[in-house]
Amino acid sequence: MKDLLRNAEHLVRVVVLLALGATAFLVIRHAVVPRDFGKYGHFRPGSMDDVRSRPIKFAGHETCEACHSDQAEAKSKGKHANVACEACHGALAKHAEDPSAVTPKLPDTAVLCVRCHEANSAKPKNFPQVVSAEHSAGMPCNTCHKPHSPRIESEK
Amino acid sequence: MEMTRREMIRQSGKFLLLTSAAATALEYVLAGKAEASPNYDITKHWWAMIIDVDKCIGCGNCVRACATENDVPEGFFRTWIERYHVEGWDSAHPEVDSPNGGFDGFADDHKSGKNFFIPKICNHCADSPCTQVCPVGATFTTPDGVVLVDEKYCLGCRYCIQACPYGCRFLNPKKNTADKCTLCYHRITQGLTTACCEACPTQARVLADLKNPKDPIHEFLRTNDVQVLKPHMATGAKVFYKNLDGAVR
Repeated sequence: MKDLLRNAEHLVRVVVLLALGATAFLVIRHAVVPRDFGKYGHFRPGSMDDVRSRPIKFAGHETCEACHSDQAEAKSKGKHANVACEACHGALAKHAEDPSAVTPKLPDTAVLCVRCHEANSAKPKNFPQVVSAEHSAGMPCNTCHKPHSPRIESEK
Repeated sequence: MEMTRREMIRQSGKFLLLTSAAATALEYVLAGKAEASPNYDITKHWWAMIIDVDKCIGCGNCVRACATENDVPEGFFRTWIERYHVEGWDSAHPEVDSPNGGFDGFADDHKSGKNFFIPKICNHCADSPCTQVCPVGATFTTPDGVVLVDEKYCLGCRYCIQACPYGCRFLNPKKNTADKCTLCYHRITQGLTTACCEACPTQARVLADLKNPKDPIHEFLRTNDVQVLKPHMATGAKVFYKNLDGAVR
């Protein structure tokens, strides 16, 4: 009987240790795992907000057109009607937020236009392409073409 | 006051380990940021993308726009352009190149054969292999169908990078976490299109919302020859290519 009691004492120690371990586990788990973990699946919903908190660099052509309606009007009649403003002018959300803070630089047409229009056999056949060296011999494209409505008036 | 044993253990444990002030503050810290745009309903969208191969001119605008918008480290790409060159009948062995991901366009030219550009981007798969292999729940599909990475949870183990059959993931050398296209989640949840779609001059790529009944994608899928990349892998890819050549991998 005495032996049994002494053995039980060992058991109690083990049980207490296990209970303490389990408590520590639960407490740490509770502290470390966000409350809403698993709301939509096995992930932390807060990370969606982390991704969404990134600043926007491209304002979007609707934003540009809100102020530059004259340019939008000119563009809407030409071949470049569906080319968004920032496709050529670059990301300008900062300019849209505060027009005086960032003044956009006018792109160099000799560099800009050939990005799309330099002839390449991998480009779609119906896409207008030129070999710039033969076509204009390095002259800036806007000498003849208006970028917003590139067709030359006399050719119409 | 009634309390289950579990609650009792939780509460007492929390107050045993932390001071009462810290325990109270913890509630707010764990709740996360509440920056979610109030007008965006996560259950009303299911994002996808249309790519019209016949419109891609390989200008590299999408690659540059993505790098600008998302601060993609140099030499890594969340979207890129491949050029395919098929000589004669041998479409099983296309020659594919993508100099600097197409960031600077394609200066040289093939003089023969069939040549065309293929823009590539994360397919935001409905049954994505990459999210299934993550051991820590750091990568996941959002309820609106975008595959994202939780930078705070990612260990950088690279399982997901190996799992992606499309090669759309890389290890960000600055953060040492998995990195990939977010489908500009910060933009599309605010009503804007992605940076690559915004910058594409020919509308070769167009963002689409499969849950929006008015989205042009439904007509597009119904009336065109449409294919996803590696359909045999059953990933549920949501980037739909129009007139995709059989040589494309």
